[in-house]
Amino acid sequence: MTALLEVRDLQVAFTRRREPDTVAVDGVSFDVAPGQVVGLVGESGCGKSVTSLAIMRLLPARGVRVSGSVRMDGTDLLTLSGSEMRARRGRDLSMVFQDPLSSLNPVIPIGLQVTEVLRRHRGMAGDKARQAAAELLERVGIPDPRRRLDSYPHQLSGGMRQRALIAIALACQPRLLIADEPTTALDVTIQAQILGLLSELVRETGAALIMITHDLGVVAGLCEAVNVLYGGRIVERAQRHRLFATPRHPYTHGLLRSIPRLDAPPGEELEAIRGSVVDNLPWAHACAFAPRCPRAIETCTEVTPVAETSGGRLLRCHNPVPANAE
Amino acid sequence: MTVTWAQRRKARLDDLSAGRSLTSEAFRRLRREPAAIAGAVIVGLFVVVAALAPLIAPHGAAETFPQLQENLRPGAIPGPQDGFPLGSDQLGRDFFSRVILAAQQTLLVGVLATLIGLVVGIVIGTVAGAFGGWVDTLLMRITDVLLAIPSLLLAISVAALAASPSQTTVIIAVAIVGVPIFARLLRGSMLAQRESDHVVAATSLGVKRSAVVLRHMLPNAIGPVIVQATLTLATSILDAAALSFLGLGDADPARAEWGLMLAQAQTYLDVRPALAFYPAAAIIVVALGFTLLGESLREAIDPKGRR
Repeated sequence: MTALLEVRDLQVAFTRRREPDTVAVDGVSFDVAPGQVVGLVGESGCGKSVTSLAIMRLLPARGVRVSGSVRMDGTDLLTLSGSEMRARRGRDLSMVFQDPLSSLNPVIPIGLQVTEVLRRHRGMAGDKARQAAAELLERVGIPDPRRRLDSYPHQLSGGMRQRALIAIALACQPRLLIADEPTTALDVTIQAQILGLLSELVRETGAALIMITHDLGVVAGLCEAVNVLYGGRIVERAQRHRLFATPRHPYTHGLLRSIPRLDAPPGEELEAIRGSVVDNLPWAHACAFAPRCPRAIETCTEVTPVAETSGGRLLRCHNPVPANAE
Repeated sequence: MTVTWAQRRKARLDDLSAGRSLTSEAFRRLRREPAAIAGAVIVGLFVVVAALAPLIAPHGAAETFPQLQENLRPGAIPGPQDGFPLGSDQLGRDFFSRVILAAQQTLLVGVLATLIGLVVGIVIGTVAGAFGGWVDTLLMRITDVLLAIPSLLLAISVAALAASPSQTTVIIAVAIVGVPIFARLLRGSMLAQRESDHVVAATSLGVKRSAVVLRHMLPNAIGPVIVQATLTLATSILDAAALSFLGLGDADPARAEWGLMLAQAQTYLDVRPALAFYPAAAIIVVALGFTLLGESLREAIDPKGRR
């Protein structure tokens, strides 16, 4: 199967005058097949949001250096002109953001924000666009959609707003949707509804989905392939059930061990990954995770681990967790 | 009457369910503010008087009444009498009519100057804030230079450039003073909008740049600028009066103007101080009215002051 999106060696660095660059994304490569749901997982600061913004070309032009390639249908999005990219955004690929309140324009009714995309990309106008907007709102489960078209964002609940944002993002049936932590700002019951809605819509429209999250629960329920990011690099990639059954990278292993389990004996202490991201070593001549890694050996602080692929699993580690552990 | 927290909360929830907008909420807060009411009453009265000035004023601004001076010793100025509630001025014109008619001039000059300054400032602020880069740097450096010059000095310099002072030169001079204030204010809030989530979201949907700027950034950024405009109205009126006072204003004797009346009254201060008192009081009261209204408006719109 040919990939819909091919990200190759994507690197994003924030440059500052007279100071070394901050490399947020450091050679990330992954594929997304048509209709596939791919997860990008990692803690704060691992580069997952920057990766998505780089794919959408939404990073500021100044002070940021992006290299590598992001091919969609064989066209490198990174080399497109500003107007070519604008024509694709919302039509071929679109994005749902984290905070549903601040991602809607507070002074414009919801309806206009939906029809704006329809007018822009599908040349709809007037009543036709309004009708289509109402249908979209209905499709994402907003009750009384006709009346809601005239509502302002502050008159909707958080869950409703996120539904409206999803409706807007999917209005022109893009083939790729990037969801950047779409449920972080919502409470747990609404989270489940929104995730259900997302997977349903993606299946229905055949769009591929890149799910960006720090929540392994979201990944478990939704994604087919999972990329685990650490310090701007993919440290492990595998099919979802393989990753959950036999995590090989100590970071993935640690993440899974730090989830509270219902079947754990009461009083058992929850494991945590020691340290924080600030302890990272530079990838240039070490493994960034080494200072926090329980399995670190001498090599880890001296040699950069290379990504090795075997049996559909990518792993970047000198001393991985044995495959038969657990 | 004390309002409990629960009552306020209920009022707020009622607002939300009734779908009342932020504007009407700000308006409701405004009505509870004594300063706002005082400001609104003064401004309202001023606007009514100014608009209806030709109907209220019993006589024309240039009309002279030599008969008033007939029984007086030379150099004396007639005081209040039948048909002339404030007497006449040094040239025998009805003083009451002139004070009233001057309100019209003041409103016209103040509003026009502020509007022109506002429009030019909005254009500059939008361009600078939306595009950034060297355009922003250039426009803001020019703005900085204009801001560095005291406003009255700037207005005097601009007005003095004109070959002959007229109402138009006063309007332009006063408008130029307002431009950098509006431009800088708008540019700042446009920059904040540029980083905001909903603008990034609109961009991520492929909305055209012009639409992002005009539909998503400007309407969200313009609030403080509009509030500033009501405050600037007060300073515009003061600046225009000051220009006239200094002889850089409208020289047409057929039109009455408070600043010019004040300047001419100086000579007769010992004979009839009222000639100076009424125009001065009018300028102060009107400027105070706009300032009170503008300040309360700013507080009402400021989300931090939301109760």
